[in-house]
Amino acid sequence: MSVLRSALIPLIAVTLALVVGAILIATSGSSPVEAYSALIEGSFFGWESFGTTLEKATPLIMGGLAVAFAFKAGLFNIGGQGQLLFGALIAGAVGYGFTGLPWIIHMPLALLLGAVAGAAWGAIPGILKATRGAHEVITTIMLNFVAANMAEWLATKVWRKEGDILVRTPIIEDSAEIPTWGHVPLGFFIAVAFALAIWFLLQRTTFGFEIRSVGLNPSAAGYAGISVKRIIVLTMTISGFLAAIGGSIETLGIVGRYEPGVNAGLGFDGITIALLARTHPIAVIPAAILIAAMNASASLMQFKAGVAPEIVDVIEALILLFVATPIIVRWFVKSRQDDGVSVGATWGST
Amino acid sequence: MTTLAGRLVRYRWWLVVIIGITAFTLFTGDFRLDPTTAILAATLRHSTPLVLGAMCGILSERSGVVNIGIEGQMLMSAFAGFMVASGSQSLLMGVAAGITVGALMGAALAGLSVTLKGDQIIAGTVLNIAAVGLTSFFFTQGRSLPGKTPIIRLGPLADLPVIGKVFFINPPITYVSLLLVVALWYALFRTTWGLHTRAVGEHPSAAETVGISVVRMRYLNLILGGAIAGLAGAYLSLEAVGSFERGMTNGKGFVALAVMIFGRWNPVGAWGAALLFGYTNAIQTQFQFRGWFTDHPQFVGMLPFIVTIIVLAGFVGRARPPASLGQPYDRE
Repeated sequence: MSVLRSALIPLIAVTLALVVGAILIATSGSSPVEAYSALIEGSFFGWESFGTTLEKATPLIMGGLAVAFAFKAGLFNIGGQGQLLFGALIAGAVGYGFTGLPWIIHMPLALLLGAVAGAAWGAIPGILKATRGAHEVITTIMLNFVAANMAEWLATKVWRKEGDILVRTPIIEDSAEIPTWGHVPLGFFIAVAFALAIWFLLQRTTFGFEIRSVGLNPSAAGYAGISVKRIIVLTMTISGFLAAIGGSIETLGIVGRYEPGVNAGLGFDGITIALLARTHPIAVIPAAILIAAMNASASLMQFKAGVAPEIVDVIEALILLFVATPIIVRWFVKSRQDDGVSVGATWGST
Repeated sequence: MTTLAGRLVRYRWWLVVIIGITAFTLFTGDFRLDPTTAILAATLRHSTPLVLGAMCGILSERSGVVNIGIEGQMLMSAFAGFMVASGSQSLLMGVAAGITVGALMGAALAGLSVTLKGDQIIAGTVLNIAAVGLTSFFFTQGRSLPGKTPIIRLGPLADLPVIGKVFFINPPITYVSLLLVVALWYALFRTTWGLHTRAVGEHPSAAETVGISVVRMRYLNLILGGAIAGLAGAYLSLEAVGSFERGMTNGKGFVALAVMIFGRWNPVGAWGAALLFGYTNAIQTQFQFRGWFTDHPQFVGMLPFIVTIIVLAGFVGRARPPASLGQPYDRE
């Protein structure tokens, strides 16, 4: 199966979503042509807008990777939001709290500790599923709410600078910053490196083979001697780690501190991106750039064409709808490959 | 073991829980009648959208379709109910719109998962994300309702001590939800329709060989369930809050799923479970009154979600879902 052919279904899904989006824009009394040209202008014209797109794409790549990676083991991690939140918060705390370290140690340390916090948060639903049979879809969503409360408490009571009215941690040290060269953020390349590493892990290592076996058929994998419970816990842990890297980069490379609300909704975009990339780790990169481009130019679309910025959410939902139901797209292209992601059969059982 | 002592031993943990909750309620209610009654009344109020959402889940899952989209169904219906009620200045029209939109969302889920045979969990997630996007896009500030749904006193019953205030002085959707619990229990376990629904969820090919249409039963149940979730949405915007806010369901659709599992896919069980979850919300308000944990509201705020996780981890292993849940049905 060629790369071009496997890219066909996502491309058709995006096109369909844009067409339906254009109809919605037209019915709300604006010009779809103006709106979409503002979308392209706001995301790709000039280094500054392109840099912003890459900046916004970075946590989305990580969020998409987290969801795609869990899908490979047949797990649906909707907890990216909470895991990302913990990454962002802990990276922020380490970023300002540890002083006197050189950049070469401080920045990676903050990134890593943020990611470890997210990994621990991701391990909880993994353990609950492996030992108690609690389905990860509900536990991860519940943990998102718990994480939001917990992060708010930590940012208010523990790490807030005295006298600061807002709920946020102090500015991080210079030595913890992930730099931006011109308009090109280094964080983006860290995310790309993770995408390549995850592809290698899944396709070229025994561990990756075990993960994919569990995803394809847990009972067969169990009979073949793979510990399914171990794979479930490890996959959720790594998935949380990946999502949290996205949050850490956001704090260390873009915002410069932890502020709640900055990354709202990123965890859910990860689901759209993973499905748009059909759970392929490297395809996550272009999928994330596409969604980032829409997010980056939403305000320009409002300014130039008078469209409510929430149209971007609608188009993203439409993309998700069209990729999630390949049959709709198959009316346009004859494809015999079986590409549906399957997680539904695991409901209520381990 | 049918002796009283035997029953006491068998249900000892339930007794511990009930005694514990009673003692805790009296304690937080300061051992006075009014605050304690207020906690119980708030428990019922908070449990209403949860038990309605759970009944939507029960209808879907009893017929074999996982419904992760309850949250989205509730949100869209809350929105539709608010928009229609504020546009027409009629709450009844608003409730009708909420129910209709919920049913349509149910039909959409059926289309995605039954006809197109897509993955059911992803189909539900599509509904959730679409609901957030569409409601934010079309929501405009500055609309208002002609008030909330009115509170109805049920004659002399309302004068009963404690019970009267808790059960018989309520707004309409709350009464309807209580009636629905009984009606749905009866329909599921005492009628032919219920038998067919459960057969389709347990063993669809066997059901089909005796002439029950799996596709028809699943569509019917998802649409009915959607209508009930729609009522839950209308409850939120028209009865509980009296307005619409972005993302106002705030995870209730997912808590409803936990309620459904805890209630073992049985409407009456779900009602009991919903009361427990409603209680964790009601207790928060009482904490605020008493000035407890006001410095650390976040810990009180995460309580319902932690209870959900504990309940799932503690009970899901022992609760058995319908056998063919989550699998698209293929005739051959």
